[in-house]
Amino acid sequence: METTVLTFLLFILVLAIFLGVEIISKVPSLLHTPLMSGSNAISGITVLGAILAAGLAKGVGNNDFAALLGGIAVALAMINVVGGYFVTDRMLDMFKKKEKK
Amino acid sequence: MDLNTLINIVYILSAITFILGFKLMSSPESAKRGNLISGAGMAAAIIVTLMDLHVERYEYILIGVAVGTAIGLWLAYKTPMTGMPQMVGLLNGFGGLASLFVAWGEYHAHPEGQGISGGLILWLTAIIGAVTFSGSLIAWAKLEEKFISGKPITYNGQQIVTGAILLGILATGVLFAMDTVAPEAYRYFAVFAVLALALGIALVIPIGGADMPVVICLLNSYSGMAACASGFIVQNNLLIVAGALVGASGIILTLIMCKAMNRSVANVFLGGFGAAPTGASAEVFGEIKEVKASDAYLILEAANRVVIVPGYGLAVSQAQHAVRELTEALEKNGADVSFAIHPVAGRMPGHMNVLLAEANISYDAMVEMDAINPQMDSVNVCMIIGANDVVNPAAQEDKNSPLWGMPIIQASRAQTVIVMKRGKGKGFAGVENPLFFKNNCRMLYGDAKSSLQTLVAEFKGGS
Repeated sequence: METTVLTFLLFILVLAIFLGVEIISKVPSLLHTPLMSGSNAISGITVLGAILAAGLAKGVGNNDFAALLGGIAVALAMINVVGGYFVTDRMLDMFKKKEKK
Repeated sequence: MDLNTLINIVYILSAITFILGFKLMSSPESAKRGNLISGAGMAAAIIVTLMDLHVERYEYILIGVAVGTAIGLWLAYKTPMTGMPQMVGLLNGFGGLASLFVAWGEYHAHPEGQGISGGLILWLTAIIGAVTFSGSLIAWAKLEEKFISGKPITYNGQQIVTGAILLGILATGVLFAMDTVAPEAYRYFAVFAVLALALGIALVIPIGGADMPVVICLLNSYSGMAACASGFIVQNNLLIVAGALVGASGIILTLIMCKAMNRSVANVFLGGFGAAPTGASAEVFGEIKEVKASDAYLILEAANRVVIVPGYGLAVSQAQHAVRELTEALEKNGADVSFAIHPVAGRMPGHMNVLLAEANISYDAMVEMDAINPQMDSVNVCMIIGANDVVNPAAQEDKNSPLWGMPIIQASRAQTVIVMKRGKGKGFAGVENPLFFKNNCRMLYGDAKSSLQTLVAEFKGGS
């Protein structure tokens, strides 16, 4: 990998870590479980890399087996995306405030 | 505008939705909206990636999406709230395994032209992914207590074995990255991937079930780091940003949990709990005073301010709904009721809040430990249900106690303490609780659910 690309990506990484620490420290302990399941969903972002691997052109070089590996990764990452978002939604539905009497 | 630019613009928008999603989680009122926005961003990112010109066939993608979606939906709707730690643990593992497969697939397709930096990134992604996967499976099994016991499993020379695995991973990694095209490079890849799977097992197996919440948090962070590392492979900013957010979140929660147990991360991972005893704990003097439900009712009936300290024992005896009924009865009687929640109550961060919310207990009645402690002196009755160590005053009074230094809910400062307990045993950590011997403490033995139901019946009969 070219060093210019690598340093650029590292730059993004450092900024994102600082941003993450800032926002996530503000999540109250009340919502820490949905925060974790929501994080599961977002870590499913690997699906984008998996799609690129699974979509490699047919019959070129080693592509066919690589695409199969990509397909398995798509399935695994989609479990995270779908499972994570839906279970978080289900949980957040339960948090209710008492109606005013 | 060409397609690539369009895709990248959508990625930027998706990154914004993820950040907004986390930001809106700062309040329970906006959290649901945040989750929807973040989900929409994810959907958009997936759709534009499918349009990428590098994607030249769809059969594996379609099968993968269909299978993943079905399993995801099944997990999301079939998992009971008590099973949330296991589900989060499993998803951590799947995230890690997905990254391992992305690294493997990329290397299989393009062994050439990686260079040393490319080789190191492939290595890093594969090993973080593999450790996350096998570590999560062990954590899941320990929480389920299905295939292995929740107890710490230790053996002689454990640290030497772990160290040797680590060295092997480093050595094969260096050899691999020096020349990724060499005929033996593929073998190095296989060796460090397998060693990393072994490392995940070796790291989690000596940790006891009581410490699993910390492990789950840390593995949550690893799954983010794995996604982040795979972002370097495909050179995609969105993976890096999203992975970093998750990585940061997991680390923050890990530190919060460790602080709530007054232990360092290193202590959780290197020493089993109670492995380093600090001499004899102080003898506890006094007498345990039992109380019958009918007398407990009289105490509660006269109370204006009641604080309930729930522990995981409450969820084990499925008593959340009975607690809500008692809360309603107390409120009808004019009392103010709140729930004091210790950060380590339940089996993962915030777990107790979810279990109470499921039973329709309003979230504004749930108070954090640091907020309730200063008010404890004005509380008439503090009711402890299925909790033990988190209210143990030895943590503050007895320097020899294994719990020494752990922040606790100071229940003993309330006028009267009622402890609902199944039997006369010790807590999760196996430590005697001097709270039970204090003058203002009354023990209500028996199953929490039936005790609560008796109290509710007394209220209904009395009014």
